[in-house]
Amino acid sequence: MTGPEIERLIQLLARLPGLGPRSARRAALHLLKRREVLFLPLVEAMTAAASSVRTCSVCGNLDSCDPCTICANPKRDPSQICVVEEIADLWAIERSAAFRGRYHVLGGVLSALDGVGPDDLSIAALVRRAGDPAMKEIILATNATVEGQTTAHYVVDRLAGLPVRVTRLAHGLPVGGELDYLDDGTLAAALQSRRAISSAGGGG
Amino acid sequence: MNRLASVPLDTAVSAPAPVHAGAAVVRLTLTDFRCYARLRLDPEATSAVLTGPNGAGKTNLLEALSYLAPGRGLRRARLGDPDRRLPDGSVAGRWSAAIVISTGGDCVTIGTGHEIDGEGQTNGRRIVRRDGAPLSAHRDLAALAAVVWLTPDMDGLFRDGAAGRRAFLDRLVCGFAAEHAGEVAAYQHCLRERARLLAEKAGDATWLDALEDGMARHGVAVAAARLAAVARLDRATRAGIGPFPSARLEMAGEIEDWLQRMPALAAEDKLRAALAAGRDMDAATGGAAVGPHRADLVVFFAGRDVPAVQCSTGEQKALLLSIVLAHARELAAERGTPPIMLLDEVVAHLDGARRAALFDEIAALGAQAWLTGTDDELFAGLRSRARFFRVLDATVTPR
Ligand SMILES: Nc1ncnc2c1ncn2[C@@H]1O[C@H](COP(=O)(O)OP(=O)(O)O)[C@@H](O)[C@H]1O
Ligand SMILES: [Mg+2]
Ligand SMILES: [Zn+2]
Repeated sequence: MTGPEIERLIQLLARLPGLGPRSARRAALHLLKRREVLFLPLVEAMTAAASSVRTCSVCGNLDSCDPCTICANPKRDPSQICVVEEIADLWAIERSAAFRGRYHVLGGVLSALDGVGPDDLSIAALVRRAGDPAMKEIILATNATVEGQTTAHYVVDRLAGLPVRVTRLAHGLPVGGELDYLDDGTLAAALQSRRAISSAGGGG
Repeated sequence: MNRLASVPLDTAVSAPAPVHAGAAVVRLTLTDFRCYARLRLDPEATSAVLTGPNGAGKTNLLEALSYLAPGRGLRRARLGDPDRRLPDGSVAGRWSAAIVISTGGDCVTIGTGHEIDGEGQTNGRRIVRRDGAPLSAHRDLAALAAVVWLTPDMDGLFRDGAAGRRAFLDRLVCGFAAEHAGEVAAYQHCLRERARLLAEKAGDATWLDALEDGMARHGVAVAAARLAAVARLDRATRAGIGPFPSARLEMAGEIEDWLQRMPALAAEDKLRAALAAGRDMDAATGGAAVGPHRADLVVFFAGRDVPAVQCSTGEQKALLLSIVLAHARELAAERGTPPIMLLDEVVAHLDGARRAALFDEIAALGAQAWLTGTDDELFAGLRSRARFFRVLDATVTPR
């Protein structure tokens, strides 16, 4: 019915989250019909992103430069790190424009049943960053799920003894709610009223 | 794709004087649920009596309603169990249920069933929607309406293992404290994760610390909520409800004992320490030697002060009903919202006096009750106070 190029396009589109063969066929048709205004610009954007976007070796964010724009920005407070589970959470906090420090992406949560342990997360790198003498505060912004809380507890233990203040997003976040789904106002308020869970050394 | 779209509420409501303070089901729509290819029922906020022969589909209908409570329904089914099957065992369709309930003047549609992906396939999870929008957690249901049930499967509740009694109690606790379901789920999650780590001998101590901290916080919250609920139920059932036996309720368990003697925070510390100290032993046994998952609900027949398990089957059934009615009374008194009661094959075991008292109590509470039986005559006392339906070969017709 269609040539191999179109079949291949459909097959690949079908691997995108939320798309299956049927919706992939629709998307392919949509692109092919809008060759100039959508398809070619999309191809260009994808090629550019694929060749330039990489994982930031400092924080784990995705960007076209390494360190990423946030890590490289001298106006962002280097003495404050906000720890999130996923890049999507980092982007959600950035959208709220409520935070002027830097980030650290763990890359998931501890889950024995899913076989995800501390070595599978970017925890050792976080401990290294936290050990920087200039570091003042680590803000844990893992989700309010049981896994998120367990992971936060684990990170707190691993940071114990370092001269940094460790804080957690304020309660009031809906339990089971994920950061990515919170509106900007709620996020900003949670950041504002974070509370200390440990303060070592000369921290506040 | 939106198979659970809310059904329009277009029927004129002309119920026989519903006096419902609590939540009540006003419409039930089932698709491929057990024996029902499709069912639409409009009980219109009154209590409902379902009669019909064995195998007609009465319990299946109550099971669908039990999905209004967090958990796996009154049969503790796996996700695919209710899918309607053809005689050759093949699946005729994936189930879904849309339940419209009225709460304090508002109507809310709860839709539940398989989560279906863009291609119409189940992804192995159950979704719950409230007016079309997915709930982030099933336990959010507990805040909407309390649902309790008594079924023939629970006849052995006092005789069988403690797990059944804990599950029964936890459903009652959710009526008092909607967050209880979430605490239980969080505790069990940490318990399972810790057991896995201990079994694999892979977990570092810090990870175990984190999980035991979760067990301590959620576990003490679970135990405290159960204790408070049992104290309330004990008071309420001792008073006795008409001809129903009065019961004495106690919580047996280590954490529960601690909570009688020390503040909750101290109990958390004690549990945390006990878990840390018990790692080697727990690794060998595959569980956890201490925690609210080992607690038990102990019920006595108050008049003669004998344990429920030593009572006759009929008395045990009456005791369970006493507890459920006491719970409903407490909820009605506290929030003006008695629970929806699913009473499967309960009435047949009651003598005339208790039967009449049960019907009066349901009416006095303003609760919506769903009652089943094979014999129509037993429900004569509910005429004018409930809707009657005949269930036969998976069809339900108003009488
Ligand atoms: N998944 C299923 N698909 C089709 N039929 C089912 C399924 N599960 C149970 N049934 C059938 O539903 C019928 C009615 O069951 P039930 O509601 O328990 O009857 P009762 O009226 O005695 O309570 C039974 O005959 C049973 O075989
Ligand atoms: Mg039955
Ligand atoms: Zn970066």
